[in-house]
Amino acid sequence: MPLALSKRSVLPGFGLSLGFTLAYLGLIVLIPLSAAFLKAAGMSWSDFVAAVASPRVLAAYRVTFGISLLAALVNAFFGGIVAWVLVRYSFPGRRLVDALVDLPFALPTAVAGIALCALYARNGWVGHWLDPLWAGGIHRLSVWVPWIDWSGWLGTKIAYDRPGIFLALTFIGLPFVVRTLQPVLAELEPELEEAAATLGANRWQTMTRVIFPELLPALITGFALAFARAIGEYGSVVFIAGNQPRHSEITPLLIITKLEQYDYRGATAIAVVMLVASFLLLLLINLLQKWSRRYYRL
Amino acid sequence: MAGVATSLAKQAGREGAGTPRVIRNPLWVRITFLTVALLFVAGFLVLPLAAVFAEALRKGAGAYFHSFADPDVHSAIRLTLLTAAIAVPANLVFGVAAAWCIAKFDFGGKSLLITLIDLPFAVSPVISGLIYMLIFGLQGWLGPYLGAGDHPWLGSWINAHDIKVMFAVPGIVLATIFVTFPFVARELIPLMQSQGNDEEYAALTLGASGWQTFWRVTLPNIKWGLFYGVILCNARAMGEFGAVSVVSGKIRGETTTMPLHVEILYNENNSVAAFAVASLLALLALLTLALKTFIEWRHAESRAG
Repeated sequence: MPLALSKRSVLPGFGLSLGFTLAYLGLIVLIPLSAAFLKAAGMSWSDFVAAVASPRVLAAYRVTFGISLLAALVNAFFGGIVAWVLVRYSFPGRRLVDALVDLPFALPTAVAGIALCALYARNGWVGHWLDPLWAGGIHRLSVWVPWIDWSGWLGTKIAYDRPGIFLALTFIGLPFVVRTLQPVLAELEPELEEAAATLGANRWQTMTRVIFPELLPALITGFALAFARAIGEYGSVVFIAGNQPRHSEITPLLIITKLEQYDYRGATAIAVVMLVASFLLLLLINLLQKWSRRYYRL
Repeated sequence: MAGVATSLAKQAGREGAGTPRVIRNPLWVRITFLTVALLFVAGFLVLPLAAVFAEALRKGAGAYFHSFADPDVHSAIRLTLLTAAIAVPANLVFGVAAAWCIAKFDFGGKSLLITLIDLPFAVSPVISGLIYMLIFGLQGWLGPYLGAGDHPWLGSWINAHDIKVMFAVPGIVLATIFVTFPFVARELIPLMQSQGNDEEYAALTLGASGWQTFWRVTLPNIKWGLFYGVILCNARAMGEFGAVSVVSGKIRGETTTMPLHVEILYNENNSVAAFAVASLLALLALLTLALKTFIEWRHAESRAG
């Protein structure tokens, strides 16, 4: 009896609303999600490992997690600057820019995907001058920084290749960092900076030793949210990725490919690996948010 | 996860931004920050948006409007509207019910329930489609009863009524409900928690019934939060691609929503038509952002006044 759990309240409708909530949650979310785990549990261990750890699947994990990490890092840096500018500076069009930050939430992913293709393809607005720059730039980088393995990036184009995946994942991840940082920045006490200045810190010291540590929990949370979104992203990536197996094939696309070949077990096994990764990230994000809430209360 | 960052409660904290402060960075730092931020926003947000409209109008207004004469485009628009018309109200009712029991009552396991409600945001859209395939697809739990008709009574009943879930409209609606599941609930829960129960207690004391209290006291208090959740839910419902792409089967003119039709046209190298349909979705996104900004502004004003 759910009612027995509730403290006595004069408000009506507890049983009805909780009952409906649990029934709807179970039917729409929990039962379908458990179907994936049950289907995977029906596989033998060796079948499961063969499905989730074949070279093609491992390559897809590397592409998905590696480029998602890169995109989330870039978002943490530039999103941090965008949030700072939106909260701290007043300039004409600030409200417009603030509203635009949510565009990646509102624009359907397929639309973003074909728009990015139109921009970054070799004959696109940006691609026709950025593509040659990219090819030269990555070559020079490989000469200057030889201790990093650049083989996955040398000779790539921007659109229909790995850099395109990075662009799409950066696009969809941007709002997470900005929207997580904004409220924290707005609540930052000016007294903190004044105290630092009074104690003789210069502006650089204040920024790096006082403000940055204050923002760090929120920055990491925003980074983790952008990363979590990126590893599952499909629509905006699939148009611009080029989708070459073992080079620019993302895990969600691999799941669809397996489904189209009626390999439901293989698709489900990979999906379970991705679900576990997502749930672990969700747990981490919840812990991060608890940590940052405690942090800011002090 | 969209709502975490954009909830109304946090929005209120951002007001008063841009007020002059005593300590500021040197001018060159400020100019550098502003330039980097604006270039990043222009490059990553404004350019793709502009590209949609430029590509749609590349062969002139005539070709643009001609794209909408295609009956398959009409059926895609109809299916998108139908999907949203079912998914949004379903999640609206759920969101209100969930927020009512979570915000107004105390019970064990509440934070677990909130986490479970957020779960669909953590799931890849492709996997959201896949899990419904596992239940309703031909190899799925209920699949054998749908279509094959070998179940003694259920199969024949379903065949007689020609019910298909996968590669048909019900599958598209179900997958859309899944991906838009948390939107309304997660806007309403913090809002109703912050409002407390006092006004409801007063109404009940004055003799209002439970439903009267809900309609006349609670609902007016949460109307902006409700509207906020609904427009975000609607934008995602109309724009969802990955999840519906798995369950739709992409039968032209029958099971293609607008985003799926954009994909079909784009892969046929019919760029103008693809971007024309995409431009409608981009306009929807702009309308969503405008309404969202308006609600945030109204909400901040009602708090201040």
